[in-house]
Amino acid sequence: MGRIKPKAVEMAKRPVEERIKSFDEVALGYTAEEAMKEAERCLICPKPTCVPACPVHIDIPAFIKKIQEGDFLAAVRIIKQDNPLPAVCGRVCPQEDQCEGSCVMGRKFDPISIGRLERFVADYEAKTGEVNVQPVKEKKPQKVAVVGSGPSGLVCASELAQKGYNVTVFESLHEFGGVLVYGIPQFRLPKEIVKREVEYISKLGVKFVKNFFVGRTRTLDELMEEDGFDAVFLGTGAGLPRFQGIPGENLLGIYSANEFLTRINLMRAYKFPDYDTPIKVGDTVAVIGAGNVAMDAARSALRAGAKKVMILYRRTEKEMTARAEEAENAMEEGIEFHFLVNPVRYHGDENGWVKEVEVIRMKLGEPDESGRRRPIPIEGSEFRIPVDTVIVAIGQIPSPIIAQTTKGLEVHKRWGTLVANEKTFATTKKGVFAGGDVVTGAATVILAAGAGKDAAKYIDYYLQNKDKPDIWEELTKAK
Amino acid sequence: MGYKILFKEEVGPGAYRMIIDAPHVAKNARPGQFIVLRVHEKGERIPLTISKADKENGQITIIFQVVGKSTKHLSLLNEGDELADFLGPLGMPSEIDNFGTVVLIGGGFGTAVLYPMVVAYKEAGNHVIVINGARNKDLLLLEKDLSNIADEYFVTTDDGSKGLKGFVTDMLKQLIENGIKIDRVFAVGPVIMMANVAKLTKEHGIKTIVSLNPIMVDGTGMCGACRVEVGGKTKFACVDGPDFDAHEVNFDLLMKRLRMYRKEEQESLEKFEKELAQNG
Ligand SMILES: Cc1cc2nc3c(=O)[nH]c(=O)nc-3n(C[C@H](O)[C@H](O)[C@H](O)COP(=O)(O)OP(=O)(O)OC[C@H]3O[C@@H](n4cnc5c(N)ncnc54)[C@H](O)[C@@H]3O)c2cc1C
Ligand SMILES: Cc1cc2nc3c(=O)[nH]c(=O)nc-3n(C[C@H](O)[C@H](O)[C@H](O)COP(=O)(O)OP(=O)(O)OC[C@H]3O[C@@H](n4cnc5c(N)ncnc54)[C@H](O)[C@@H]3O)c2cc1C
Ligand code: SF4
Ligand code: SF4
Ligand code: FES
Repeated sequence: MGRIKPKAVEMAKRPVEERIKSFDEVALGYTAEEAMKEAERCLICPKPTCVPACPVHIDIPAFIKKIQEGDFLAAVRIIKQDNPLPAVCGRVCPQEDQCEGSCVMGRKFDPISIGRLERFVADYEAKTGEVNVQPVKEKKPQKVAVVGSGPSGLVCASELAQKGYNVTVFESLHEFGGVLVYGIPQFRLPKEIVKREVEYISKLGVKFVKNFFVGRTRTLDELMEEDGFDAVFLGTGAGLPRFQGIPGENLLGIYSANEFLTRINLMRAYKFPDYDTPIKVGDTVAVIGAGNVAMDAARSALRAGAKKVMILYRRTEKEMTARAEEAENAMEEGIEFHFLVNPVRYHGDENGWVKEVEVIRMKLGEPDESGRRRPIPIEGSEFRIPVDTVIVAIGQIPSPIIAQTTKGLEVHKRWGTLVANEKTFATTKKGVFAGGDVVTGAATVILAAGAGKDAAKYIDYYLQNKDKPDIWEELTKAK
Repeated sequence: MGYKILFKEEVGPGAYRMIIDAPHVAKNARPGQFIVLRVHEKGERIPLTISKADKENGQITIIFQVVGKSTKHLSLLNEGDELADFLGPLGMPSEIDNFGTVVLIGGGFGTAVLYPMVVAYKEAGNHVIVINGARNKDLLLLEKDLSNIADEYFVTTDDGSKGLKGFVTDMLKQLIENGIKIDRVFAVGPVIMMANVAKLTKEHGIKTIVSLNPIMVDGTGMCGACRVEVGGKTKFACVDGPDFDAHEVNFDLLMKRLRMYRKEEQESLEKFEKELAQNG
């Protein structure tokens, strides 16, 4: 194995001056040489600590070994056994909390850059064009509807098609990919990558239907009772933006992060007027929150022409939930971070445009249920910050539409998430499974993808045992 | 999946009726619901009310007024052309019942939205009174369609070129003063018109529903662009509405929010018209 190499191989990034003016991808990825050099650092542990920390348990040492040997396609095949979206996850996983966060090398040195390696082999595969579509051996007659084309839906559809089912994906928007196309910006995850995945899955025989809003265009009950779907997977995500409910929140210039990012990403408002959808980005922008969504909004605002962008966060740097790499990129790009402040009110001008955000200073108290220290307002510490645009990125919850329009689908009262068995993803309605953000609340791409994959297993099991009298009982009670 | 334009006709100056091939929308469409369409691949998503849904033939009728780039572009398409996207039905269906006597008020583009409501209220057994208002007689929309269905049909024009000289609210006031027992009012049109109707009916304690038209993006409840204030609470018009209790709506806010992109809308339209001129 040779000597320990403490330092990770750097990944090239576009220079700051260049990237803040464009939506092109920031991180450029490893070259083959760099990838092999980084792979060399891995100890190929017999009992790897990285693997259990990956939500889908990719055999990390095995794929890195293949990179060491220069067999990149073999590496990607190993990854794809557990993760069908490596080009995406290699880019957007919070690796520092997952695989890389548990790498033994990381105890003393830099951990192995697992995400970058994963990304490299996935991109390599795409470039060589050697993505082979396995013909499905045995077609099955049953029809499955997959609702939503985010990572959970895409992966679920892909798995079920490979098992021979007749799968249709229904998506309400006009592009497929869920958050991967309407939320995460081009500079972090190029749209072409998502398109590639969708094309691959359609080659497997999956039918993709856009502009189809389940609950309105057709209800879930109609899909099952009239349109002949034998099972349904709900991967509808958590797309309903939350607001704080403070005075002035509906002033002009105050966006939900979802609206802001949808205008930019899905509607390409940054290319207005070549594209028809406009966006308003003033000189001074405040983004409320410090998760991935907030970072994406802040960095998009900068690229769309803002002169000064501030992140306002009610806790401290330590509690930020954004991927470390993106927070770092944001700081490099000159985004200002203001910690321990929370908006309490917005002030507008005579035309109804926001002109100031009034914030209150916070201090950290005891840890709350999430384990993070709870922020407490310091009375009398309010002050105002002048702004032209505000983007509220304090979280999303699932839309209530499907549950409202479906008989017998239970929802957690507090979070609006769907009730589903943790192992089998079976909901309270027979034949309906659910996974991803709609069950967990806003989480991560890899968790959603993993849910889609595991759910497919149980959907298969259900369809093969549909006549068992207590099948749904079995699936909803499974531990 | 193409969304083909099967039929097109001009129904007034700058106003068009189109029939679109959209079986998936027609199947479940109910009065008061709308669609979101994109004219072309770089287009914005614009909401338009479903004027008629023909379930047998899988067709949707829309009626729209040209006000900016997207509606202008739409108006230039012809029978046989296809739209890039067509999503629906969206929004909550209107609450239709036999209330007794219902006054339906439409102004400007609102008259297009009004038409399916007039049909629905009539079918539910109501005594239907329609007030159709415009700035002048040339701008009046759907006169024949509306007067054919309505039990009583009135026209108001700002300049008096037809019907009563004045606003729709002047006509409504007359009806109230004449002692007609009105059980419900439904109004749709310019925000200022809806606000004034609401003010008048509130004084007389007449339940009034308005159909709100804020700027929308997705139309499915995931962006919050369409937020309106009703009864002091924030609502998303695309999923909670578009119909709301007029006496609870913050019209001032709606008016302001509709102006948010005025400059960009102008820019977009001018660019488009220039391109049209260049291409002959
Ligand atoms: C801006 C942003 C940045 C993020 N950054 C990261 C990151 O860096 N790393 C990471 O791991 N995670 C990140 N996340 C979280 C991650 O994207 C989500 O956890 C993941 O996409 C959830 O996948 P999903 O399949 O459950 O749903 P989604 O991706 O939300 O997809 C759901 C799809 O269902 C469609 N849909 C909803 N309702 C209906 C209906 N009734 N009928 C038809 N279609 C419907 C929606 O339009 C959507 O396309 C980010 C999220 C956002 C918003
Ligand atoms: C639920 C609903 C139903 C509607 N039904 C009809 C109808 O049946 N017939 C009809 O003629 N019009 C209808 N409208 C209004 C129609 O959507 C707008 O006129 C259209 O979007 C204008 O686009 P534009 O590019 O031509 O004009 P723009 O130049 O973009 O704007 C002109 C005006 O339209 C408003 N507007 C702009 N973009 C949007 C948008 N995405 N959503 C809503 N309003 C916008 C602006 O505030 C401005 O006042 C409806 C609106 C809503 C919300
Ligand atoms: S999927 Fe994510 S967590 Fe798992 S190995 Fe890849 S980058 Fe790490
Ligand atoms: S823990 Fe680190 S060094 Fe060990 S196999 Fe995993 S990536 Fe390689
Ligand atoms: S239009 Fe996006 S939430 Fe209503």
